[in-house]
Amino acid sequence: MTTVYVPGDAAAVSVGADEVAAAFEAAGVRVVRNGSRGMLWLEPLVEVETDRGRVGYGNVRVEDVTPLVEEVVLRPSRNQRGESDLLDQRGCIGLVDEHPWLAGQQRVSFGRVGVVDPTSIADYESHGGWAGLRRALALSPAEVVAEVTDSGLRGRGGAGFPAGVKWKTVLETDADLKFVACNFDEGDSGAFADRMVVEGDPFTLIEGMTIAAHAVGATEGYVYIRSEYPHATKALRRAVDAAYTHGYLGSDVLGSGLTFDLHVRVGAGAYICGEESSMLDSLEGRRGEVRAKPPIPAISGMFGRPTAVNNVLTLCAVPMILADGGAAYAELGTGRSRGTQVFQLAGNVKQGGIVELPFGVTLGELVEEYGGGTLTGRPVRAVQVGGPLGAYLPPDQFDLPMDYEAFAEAGAMVGHGGIVVFDETVDMARMARFAMEFCAAESCGKCTPCRVGSVRGVETMDRIIAGHDVSRNLTLLDDLCETMTKGSLCAMGGLTPMPVQSAIKHFPEDFDRQPEGVTT
Amino acid sequence: MTITPATDRAALVRAIAVQHLDERGALMPVLHDVNEELGHIERQDVEAIADVLNLSIADVHGVISFYKDFRTAPAAAHTVALCRAEACQAVGAEALYADTVQRAGELGDDVEVDEIFCFGNCALGPSGMLDGRLHGRLSADRLTTLTEGWRP
Repeated sequence: MTTVYVPGDAAAVSVGADEVAAAFEAAGVRVVRNGSRGMLWLEPLVEVETDRGRVGYGNVRVEDVTPLVEEVVLRPSRNQRGESDLLDQRGCIGLVDEHPWLAGQQRVSFGRVGVVDPTSIADYESHGGWAGLRRALALSPAEVVAEVTDSGLRGRGGAGFPAGVKWKTVLETDADLKFVACNFDEGDSGAFADRMVVEGDPFTLIEGMTIAAHAVGATEGYVYIRSEYPHATKALRRAVDAAYTHGYLGSDVLGSGLTFDLHVRVGAGAYICGEESSMLDSLEGRRGEVRAKPPIPAISGMFGRPTAVNNVLTLCAVPMILADGGAAYAELGTGRSRGTQVFQLAGNVKQGGIVELPFGVTLGELVEEYGGGTLTGRPVRAVQVGGPLGAYLPPDQFDLPMDYEAFAEAGAMVGHGGIVVFDETVDMARMARFAMEFCAAESCGKCTPCRVGSVRGVETMDRIIAGHDVSRNLTLLDDLCETMTKGSLCAMGGLTPMPVQSAIKHFPEDFDRQPEGVTT
Repeated sequence: MTITPATDRAALVRAIAVQHLDERGALMPVLHDVNEELGHIERQDVEAIADVLNLSIADVHGVISFYKDFRTAPAAAHTVALCRAEACQAVGAEALYADTVQRAGELGDDVEVDEIFCFGNCALGPSGMLDGRLHGRLSADRLTTLTEGWRP
């Protein structure tokens, strides 16, 4: 019987994948709920197994299922024949692996996503899973840390801190108890790679965390998932149970003597808990308030114990680094940005989704070649890179290479690699106001520049938008931004000025307003 | 909605809290379970939770009030949570949210409309959750269709 793949990924489900899967099952077809390939504009993207590989059909609706079953699934010979007679029929995109959008990518972290059955631990193993853990367990903790350091892996959550340096600190800090904490509070708009990798390939995260535990000497791990991600929570909990059953978690992991217990915890609707110290407070059962640093969490983290706090994609890169060696990973990338980055194309974009490439690809290649411009077909006016705290950039910056240092030099940040596209109808003064509004809504309230500054920022933007004393209010706003940047405890207050000031810098015409009823 | 007598409720809340006693930082999991099983967290629940976990009432109250998910009053019969974050704004979420708030009454008898910042469905916006189910590419018309069963 031919197998049909219908993604169980939340994005695919949001546009009808569950109903499509149910219709195939009702027709007696064997269905695997894979992760999404990341070509989100084609979801639900159904794949039909053939001798030549998996053939894809995009934007499948329930009413397409019966004809697809009759014409394709039950007639494998037709499916086998060259794709020419099928291409463009019923949304056929040909062999999925050869699709130009995918074929040009270099998938490391997303290598298995969309390919494997995320519920099958056997499938994971047969696609290279656990090789990194097996090698790591044969090495000493210091050797594992050295391998990660050599890979040049930097934190994928946005800050870009070298993972090996962090792990070394935890390893070398003596304590009766140490933790590994995975920050899966992916709250930034335009970021969805953490969610997709966990929904499509959850064992990779478990393997990465277990390697981390061995490397730093931790016995307990916590994954902090945001409550807005119920699909991912379910996928991860199911995978954790399977990993325990098969001896990859618990006492004496794979007979190595390593004890590692992994707990899945759910947030409760607070964006700030994506900041690592707030997340630790939340994990401790408290209000998610930012802590002053030092001490850094690697020395005094969860319950005051040394804690390796890493983002999902950072941990998901670890199994491959251990399996193939740090040098292989370091060969990819540019400058001090090594390896691949999982870019996410979002917002008003024609072809949104996941593009994994080595660092160094330009912003323009991502937005125009992969993204295909805007969904509305209007010209691109602005993109926001790196989430709500990232800069807004105009198309004249599209030659910027995606590289931590190059972006920092341009007054922007790569962050987690999320790119939100806006067309020419966007009002950048409104977006600047929203940045302040968002900060006011989500500030933990601990430090004044963020808690009060954001509210004053909204008020000042309101006066600018209304055309009141624009020049003086822009000066005031600039001063306020400087206070927030320099005086805030964490990146929430410290980086909210980035979208505001980049919008003013690159789109001054949107801030040059006249009071209502006044024309120039 | 079933009415749970006060004494039963207190016993239930205590039982939930006891289940998590041996977990580190048990308060969040306890609050999630009470919120989910009983629909919201009442003042009396706070006292019971604080007692079982050996925390002060102020500590428990402080945590409940910090996080948006913990309800202190029952939810409406139907909930619409619309994303208002940047990626969804780029495809019209602000207008959709404003329109939905305004016509909440038309969608059903007892409908609550809430704003959310990101479901991680940023390439298929505007996104929203209707009675706990995620939907992408939402529009005013699509909302009307999806909420058909909510109206008599």
